[in-house]
Parts: sequence; C-alpha cells; structure tokens
Amino acid sequence: MAAVAHVPAQAHAQTNYLNAQKGVWSWMTTVDHKRIGIMYLSLISTSFFLGGIFALLIRLSLLNPKHMVFGKVIFDAETYNRIFTLHGVVMVFLFIIPSIPAALGNFVLPLMLGAKDVAFPRLNLLSLYIYFVGAVFGIAAMVTGGVDTGWTFYTPYSTTTNSQVTLMTMAAFILGFSSIFTGLNFIATIHKLRAPGMGWFQMPLFCWGIYATAIIQVLATPVLGITLVLLMLERSFQIGIFDPRIGGDPVLFQHFFWFYSHPAVYIMILPGMAIISEIIPTFSQKTIFGYRSIAFSSVAIALVGFLVWGHHMFVSGQSPLASVIFSFLTFLVAIPSGIKIFNWLATMWRGNIKLDAPMLYAISFLLLFSIGGLTGIFLGALSVDIHLTDTYFVVAHFHYVMMGGTVIAFIAGLHYWWPKMTGRMYSEKIARVACALTFIGFNVTFMSQFLLGSRGMPRRYYNYLDQFQPLHAFSTYGSWILGAGLGLTAICLLSSLRKAPDAPRNPWGGRTLEWTTQSPPIEHNFDVDPVLTHGPYDYRKPLPVEVEA
Amino acid sequence: MSTTAQLVQGHHDPTLQHHFHTKEQQFETSKLGMWLFLATEILLFGGLFVGFALMQQKYPQAFLLAHHHLDRSLGALNTVVLLLSSFTMVMAVWAAQTSRKKLLVWLLLATMACAFIFLGVKYFEYSHKFHEGLLPGKFYSHKGDTVPNQFVFFSFYFMMTGLHGIHILGGIGAIGWLVIRALKGDFDANYYTPVDLIGLYWHLVDLIWIYLFPLLYLIQ
Repeated sequence: MAAVAHVPAQAHAQTNYLNAQKGVWSWMTTVDHKRIGIMYLSLISTSFFLGGIFALLIRLSLLNPKHMVFGKVIFDAETYNRIFTLHGVVMVFLFIIPSIPAALGNFVLPLMLGAKDVAFPRLNLLSLYIYFVGAVFGIAAMVTGGVDTGWTFYTPYSTTTNSQVTLMTMAAFILGFSSIFTGLNFIATIHKLRAPGMGWFQMPLFCWGIYATAIIQVLATPVLGITLVLLMLERSFQIGIFDPRIGGDPVLFQHFFWFYSHPAVYIMILPGMAIISEIIPTFSQKTIFGYRSIAFSSVAIALVGFLVWGHHMFVSGQSPLASVIFSFLTFLVAIPSGIKIFNWLATMWRGNIKLDAPMLYAISFLLLFSIGGLTGIFLGALSVDIHLTDTYFVVAHFHYVMMGGTVIAFIAGLHYWWPKMTGRMYSEKIARVACALTFIGFNVTFMSQFLLGSRGMPRRYYNYLDQFQPLHAFSTYGSWILGAGLGLTAICLLSSLRKAPDAPRNPWGGRTLEWTTQSPPIEHNFDVDPVLTHGPYDYRKPLPVEVEA
Repeated sequence: MSTTAQLVQGHHDPTLQHHFHTKEQQFETSKLGMWLFLATEILLFGGLFVGFALMQQKYPQAFLLAHHHLDRSLGALNTVVLLLSSFTMVMAVWAAQTSRKKLLVWLLLATMACAFIFLGVKYFEYSHKFHEGLLPGKFYSHKGDTVPNQFVFFSFYFMMTGLHGIHILGGIGAIGWLVIRALKGDFDANYYTPVDLIGLYWHLVDLIWIYLFPLLYLIQ
C-alpha cells in the first residue's frame, strides 16, 4: 500500500528509534510511542510471568485434595485464597488490560495511521509512569500480606477482612488512570492523525478494534475508580454504602463493579480480535471479507457491552425482570462476535494460506475463542446459569475467552510485529513448536475444568471431593505443558535479540503502512510522511518494489 | 534521519509540536482530548450521583432531616460566586483570543479570586459541621436524631463536595499556571489552547456544583 516515496534500502539498518538516542535517561524521558510501547511490553510481560507463577502454584496445590506435594501440605487455605486472588488481580489489572493496547497498540497504531506519534506523547509517557506507580502499590500489597477476596473485591467480605484490600484497591485505582489516558490518547490519535487519504474506512481494522477498546477505557474506567474509592472509604470510615451491617447495600457494589468490569472484558478481547483481523488477511494474502461489518461489530460489542453487566448477578437477588433483560442483551453480544468469526473464515476461504507462527496462533484463536464464546451463551441463559454459576465452568469459559482469546492473540501479534519492533526474525521452527505446546497445554488445562464445573465443582474452593481428583490432576498436568509452551515462546523471541538485525521491511507481505517503513523504524516513523492511495488489504496488485526490501 | 523531512515541512513555529501538520490539527486534537477527559470526570462523579440517588431512595426521611443542617444561603452564595467565575473565565478566553494580554491576566486572577472565595465559604460550612458532629461514617456524632442513618447523607455530602473541592483546588493550580504563562506573554490570537482547555475544565467544575447545590441543599 502505498507511501508516495521511499528512501532507498541503504537507509535500512542504520539509525532507528532504538539507537537514535542512548542511555537510560533517554528512555525514561522519551515521548516516542515506540519506546513507550517497548517499555510497556517489558513491564506487562513481567506481570504476565508473575501472574503465571501464581497460576502454576494454584494448579500445583489442587493436584490432590489434600494439597500434598512431596509429602508436605503446600498451602493452607488462607494462603491459597491469597494466591488465587493475586493471580486474578495481577493478570487482570497489570497484564491483560494494558497488554495489547498499551504495548502493541502504542507501537503499531501511529505507524498504521501513518502518523509520527500519538496525539499526546507526554500524556503517553505519563500513563506509563502511572502504570508503574500502580504496580508498585500492587507489589506493596502483596509483600505486606496479600489480599484474599478474589479479584472482584466483593463486599461485605472485602470491607471486613483484614488483608491488604485498601492497598490493592488503591493499586487498581491508580492503574485505571493509566488505562484512561491510553484510551483517551488513542481516540484523539485515530480521529486527528490519520495520514492524508486515509478515511475511516481505509483504516486497518486493528485501529477500529483499538478505537472501540478506547471508548470503553474512557467511559467505564472512571466508574471503577469511584467504586474503588467508595470501597476504601467504606473500609476505613464506614460511610454506610456497601456494608449491610450499617445499612449499606452489598449488591450495589456488584452493580458498580460490573458496570466497569464487564465492559472491561471487552477492553481485553476487542484488541485481540483487532490483531486477528490483521494477521488473517496477511497470511491468506487476500482482502479481508466484510471490512465494514468487522469494523462496526467492534463498535457494537463496545456499546452493547455496557448494557450486560447484570449477567454476573443472576443469583445475587436482583429483580427477575432485570435478569431477563440482561440475559437477552447478553445473547445480543453473540451476534457481532459471530459476524467476526465468519468474516475471518470467509477471508481464509480460497486464500493463499501460509502457516507461519502468527497465523498458527490466529487459527488457535479462532478455535479457542469460539469455544469460549459459545460456552458464554450457556452462562448467559438464566436457568443454566443457576446450575453453573460460581463453578469451574465459569473459570474455564473465562479462560477460553481471555487466555485462549486475548493472550493467544497477543502472542500472535507479538510474533507478527516482532521483526518490526526489534529488527530481528525469530526462529520459525521453535515458534511453531511453542505454539503447539501452548495450544495443547491450554486445552488440557481448561477443557477438564468445563467437565469439573458441569459436575458441580465450585470455583475458588480449597477443598474438593475425591471424585474430582482425576480431572483436577489432568488440569494440573496441562498447566505444566502450557507453562512449557509459554516459556519456549519467551526463549524463542528473546534469543532472536542476540543476532544481528536481519528483518526486512515487510517479512509477511502485509499491506498496511507499518510495513512500508524500515525495521525497526526511524524515530519519526517514516522518511517521508505517507499519503494513502490504496486500501489496507489490497492484495490484488503486487507490492511496490521498494516495500519488499 | 527525518530532519530533512521536518525542514521541508517547515516546522518553525515553536508552538507547533513535531507530530502535527498544522496548528488547526493540533488545536482540534487538544480540544478533543479535553472533551474526552471531561467525559471521564462526569462518569467519575456519576458513580457518586447514582449512589446518592439510591441511598436517598432507601432512607428518604433521614436524608430529608439531615439536609436541614445545611445552610442554604451559603450554598446559594457559593453558586453565585462560581457562576461569576465562569463568566470571568469565558471572558479570559476571549481576551486571549483577541490578544488582550493585560486583561487576560486580570480576568484569570478574578477567576482565581472567586475560587478562593468559594473555598473560604466551604471552610466555614465544613467547620460548622465538624463542630456539630455532622460527619461522615463512623465519625458521625450528632446527638438527638429522631431518624437513624442520617450519617449516610453526610458521607455523601462530604464525598461529593470534597471531590468537587479537590477539583476546585486543581483548577486554582491550573489557572495559576495560566497566569504565570500569561504574564510571560505566551498567549495571543496565534496560540491560546491552554486557556481554552482549562476554561472548559473550569466550566465543568462549575456545572457539577450547579447539580450538587439543589441535590444536597434543596431536598423536598
């Protein structure tokens, strides 16, 4: 696609955003969206590692009902509660919400739009620092005793337990601002910094996904912010809003919490879908099928997503009429999600499919997200939910969408843009093995949890009946395969950094603007400001020669 | 590197940042960013408004009795003061747009003065409540209530006016910064974005009070 002119290929591998300025200080004060994206990437990867360790510990502890490992009890019940809470809090607030938008989105979005930077570069840096401060609060809460409420902080337990709820909610409150600023920045960037010639419908679909995400970040996160403030005040001063002992309403907390936290799961999944919309046309070498319906379905998910929070509360005692309406609206979300799945499949149909690692992950996404989405319909149905609520079925559904969906898409995107970000090609062979391990490990871990849940194993319980032991053990073995797959992915990507830069401008034959600049890009992204002349998925014409580099 | 590209495009104006093509683009982007920020502010306060509405529905009698402890005339005075400050602020934006640099400084100072008067009145109101034990949550110690749960009203009163007060303080800081820059002569018809944006913020803070005043002081 189509930047007007290009500096000849000799410019390649000379100056780029990584070596244009040197020293730690130049990184700490940078306003370059690419460097900020890289710093976000390292921070969220660290969080992912930490959350993953907690996950492995949970599974290890559940290997048998006595929690015996090598003849010793690995965790008592209280520690177990803290571990699963920390797993949830770290994964949700420190990893998955910022993962794709703040790390990959920061790096790729301005490049895709043909812009030099995001709309507010200093605000972008500020959001990184706020994230860091939030993370410090979170770690402080962990080392001073942890939290045992679950990541949802439900009252009245959260207002009475003496674990570090206040510190941890403070951390989530601060992290919220980081998320708001990222979203605000991206909306302004998409509105105002598109390259000349790029109308809304010439934007790559990644940008539409990020746009829909950003709307939710801006509109939902402040409500979480005030909710957490109210929770902290209730804990400290008994203001009388959530605690039933003093006349408060604990269900009100659930309403407030899910008014953010249900849209928040779309903050998590929409960017994942956005990445898949890029990878599938590139590795099918075919125009995306149904551009507009994919674009609008992202926005539709974002908007309908605001109206379904009550489906987390079918058994909370809310009015049956409200439950019926929430259940109906929940089914509505399946429509735009289904539209996306079928459009992606139609894009692949008769395409020239190349099964490189990003595409393997994208296909894994299609399978896993479909399972996650369809089991969501079970849970959205009122009568079925009463049986399945608060069981491992919910845990498995959530992980199929969040891990099988978002995390797999995140890893897909990481492989897809790795050459652009680092200038290095990773080992395709190792990446494929890692993808296979991750896929198998994931399914072994969580498919068994669907069975556990449908048979009545409640989530978050420390003890369980002996009859559940084989499935729990199966799930734990799966977690080891999954851990090995993710570990191998890390090794595969990081070991590529030791080589000399070898990535061409456009290793995959993509048609979006980020592939027209050198890998890694120069500080201001493009040698000459691009002007758009072709659509983002125009595979009918061959690539301009200089782009192939 | 891209220095050539930059030179070609002639980025000489120091108020134009490197990633924008034109000043109009930069101005519109900043303004959009500010509106988005104001939307987040409305949702932040929105949580408190919803909580207030639900609790008032739950304890209507307690809220009605509790609100009699508020001083309507002081609340009305503060409403007038803030409305006046919005007027001086909008005039300040006009002064910047028309390069009236001295007038701009005076109007900004007038806006700040109104903000301080507002906080001064609020201080008297708060100290009166402290004196009577009309405090939020567990600090509530007012004697002789005939209806329970009046402390919930004061929880909301202090949270809502407190959060609003923090925004007034933030506004004072921001306007103070504008005064310093205006004294340096930074703003004129060519560049007045910060005055415009902080003006928008100030109007929102004012608007929130316009809702808080009847909600808290004029319950029927």
